[in-house]
Amino acid sequence: MRLAILGAGDVGRSVADLAGEYGHEVVAIADSTGASINPDGIDVERTLERKGGGSPVGTGDPEDVFETDYDVLVEATPTTLGDAEPGFTHTKRALEADRHVVLANKGPVAERYAELRALEDESAGSIRFEATVGGAIPVLSTIEDSTPHAVTAVRGVLNGTANFILTRMAAEGLDYEHVLAEAQDLGVAEADPTFDVDGTDAALKFVILANVLADGGFALDDADVTGIQDIPGSALDLAAEDGRTIRLIGEATRDGVRVGPRLVPENGALAVTGTRNIVQIETKYAGSLHNSGRGAGGPETATAVLSDVGRLPEL
Amino acid sequence: MGNTAGAGDESDADAETDGGVRAYTVRLELVDEPGELLRALKPISDNGGNLLSIHHERGNITPRGHIPVEVDMECPPDRFDDIVEGLREAGVNVIQAGAERYGEEISVVLVGHLVENDLSETLSRIEDEASAVVLDLSLAAPEGTGGVASARVRLAIDSGRTTEALASIRSIGSEKDLAVVEPLLGGDA
Repeated sequence: MRLAILGAGDVGRSVADLAGEYGHEVVAIADSTGASINPDGIDVERTLERKGGGSPVGTGDPEDVFETDYDVLVEATPTTLGDAEPGFTHTKRALEADRHVVLANKGPVAERYAELRALEDESAGSIRFEATVGGAIPVLSTIEDSTPHAVTAVRGVLNGTANFILTRMAAEGLDYEHVLAEAQDLGVAEADPTFDVDGTDAALKFVILANVLADGGFALDDADVTGIQDIPGSALDLAAEDGRTIRLIGEATRDGVRVGPRLVPENGALAVTGTRNIVQIETKYAGSLHNSGRGAGGPETATAVLSDVGRLPEL
Repeated sequence: MGNTAGAGDESDADAETDGGVRAYTVRLELVDEPGELLRALKPISDNGGNLLSIHHERGNITPRGHIPVEVDMECPPDRFDDIVEGLREAGVNVIQAGAERYGEEISVVLVGHLVENDLSETLSRIEDEASAVVLDLSLAAPEGTGGVASARVRLAIDSGRTTEALASIRSIGSEKDLAVVEPLLGGDA
């Protein structure tokens, strides 16, 4: 397939870098300031080197990407909330041109799911978005394989930053602020960690899961979300006395989305440590399935994007 | 054979259970001191219970250093509540009483200005509004009684009523400005 990549952050760059290995060709990569476009395939290595050196990703106009002859638009621009722009419009333009879209951007799928599906119905192209939930972990394709109606609930840990903080607090008996500072030093937490620790990032992923289970109907505003900022070290100590620990757990069903700190058995499947993610997919006829792995990171997330590309039909 | 012969047997069987006794299991938690077991069994016999077996799990110590004891007994159904009441009045920690009545046991962790916000009132409201029995409480107040504290509360709840009970506890929490860390139910979490 010929890929046009929008967004040249960790994920966009990793998709470009790994595309060849997966048998695909990159014909365009763009960020908000520039684009590198070549219908015969761009020189990925040189483009990424240039971008890595602080220069724009290319001298072309990002607008021209849509005029390029591509099969799949990879939407890897930063997630935005509310109207989910510009990710939504990018997706719309590609579908209207009868192309496929693979999203790594959570915004459109969480906030405007029904609109995306309506656009897809009118298009020869399809949308896929495995990378929006759990990075490298095949969550959505597992649900797709089980068929969504046979899945009753999805629960789990889908934010590595919050999980890292809770794990360290429990292990070292430290308080939230202390461990947050350490996580920032290690580069696990962003300078502004709000999105991760207040539960928003996990909530977006569980909203997407609820949309898949119920075929739409949910946005971030429908989720009941509590973060981990108010959990003191003493709460984790008390939980441990009882063989339990606290994790930021999300739950998605056809009835709703809930994210918050919950008590789970210390040695149970959901008590993953560090930045590891896990989901438990509860099925009607086959009990629970667990998928665990790396839920973030450029190359990890790019593998989910490229797996999606591999599942698309030829146009 | 089936039409007539059964009648007499049935009434015999009824005579056994009707107004008779049922078997119950209570799980207790005892302090490891001489005389404790005897003290715990007295309310059972005082209230007309008949001991069937006692499983004293020495060596299997609960997280707080107590010894779990499982007592099988029989008694008329209307006496069972009196027995459980009698045990609690004698200061015995009843972890589980009967199979139906306190079918589920959960723990929640409360976080906030627990002491300033009248912890004992919070606990009585949980018992009343969530139809729960507080079995156990651990409090950690590293900042002193005026600061943010955590409490782990172990509750016995009627079977099948856990979701409702947790909803009540959530609403008490939000009224009293306490964070409630609930257990994750469902699946095999």
